[in-house]
Amino acid sequence: MPSPTKGPRLGGSPSHQRLILANLATALFEHGRITTTEAKAKRVQPLAERLITKATKGDLHNRREVLKTIRDKDVVHKLFAEIGPFFSDRPGGYTRVTKTMPRKGDNAQMAVIELVNEKTATSEAEAARGTKFAKDQQATAGSSQQSSETAEAAAGSEEASAAESASETSEAESTSDEDTENKDQS
Amino acid sequence: MAVPKHKVSRSNTRKRRSQWKASAPTLRACPNRACREMKPPHVACPSCGQYKGRQVSSPA
Repeated sequence: MPSPTKGPRLGGSPSHQRLILANLATALFEHGRITTTEAKAKRVQPLAERLITKATKGDLHNRREVLKTIRDKDVVHKLFAEIGPFFSDRPGGYTRVTKTMPRKGDNAQMAVIELVNEKTATSEAEAARGTKFAKDQQATAGSSQQSSETAEAAAGSEEASAAESASETSEAESTSDEDTENKDQS
Repeated sequence: MAVPKHKVSRSNTRKRRSQWKASAPTLRACPNRACREMKPPHVACPSCGQYKGRQVSSPA
């Protein structure tokens, strides 16, 4: 069960805080980057990330759940059509809060909260190779080669020929491993 | 309503106010090589608008 937020609400009452945070999240999804006080930025960050997680799932139920918070249908459409698919390969951490200089007038701590524009390094590498993680790929390839070896050994009548084929396959495996390692290094 | 019994002397007033001190803000040079302005740490640079190599706000 989630524990309630400690300390006073933003704006004075729980309903006012909900409205403030919903409006801030709406503005964030509409513009991609907003400047607000540091306290509000830090409080709206978990709400915005939950909404983006719902947007990455993208079905009708999640869209209705998001509409409970964001009442602007244009912004919800943008969230599900653009922002959600862009973040589909990022496991959380969709927003970034950067502190800026205090505000003139009341010297309040200010911050910029923005949607992260960059792709993650692993997702970029996977897109460039057109494959998944090298570890997972090697594990699946090794298991398939082992199964083929056992099949050859069972089918082969002469032990010598089977041993030769096994040595050939092992050499092929070593070369393929070297290739993958070189790819990883590059 | 409670009221002061004695007038606070000029000496006591000035001794009290002598403790009001301002401290210098902590400043570090901006890591952006094109900027190098002094700025508070952990804050986007107010002159070039960058933080950790990212453009956060428009430069002043």
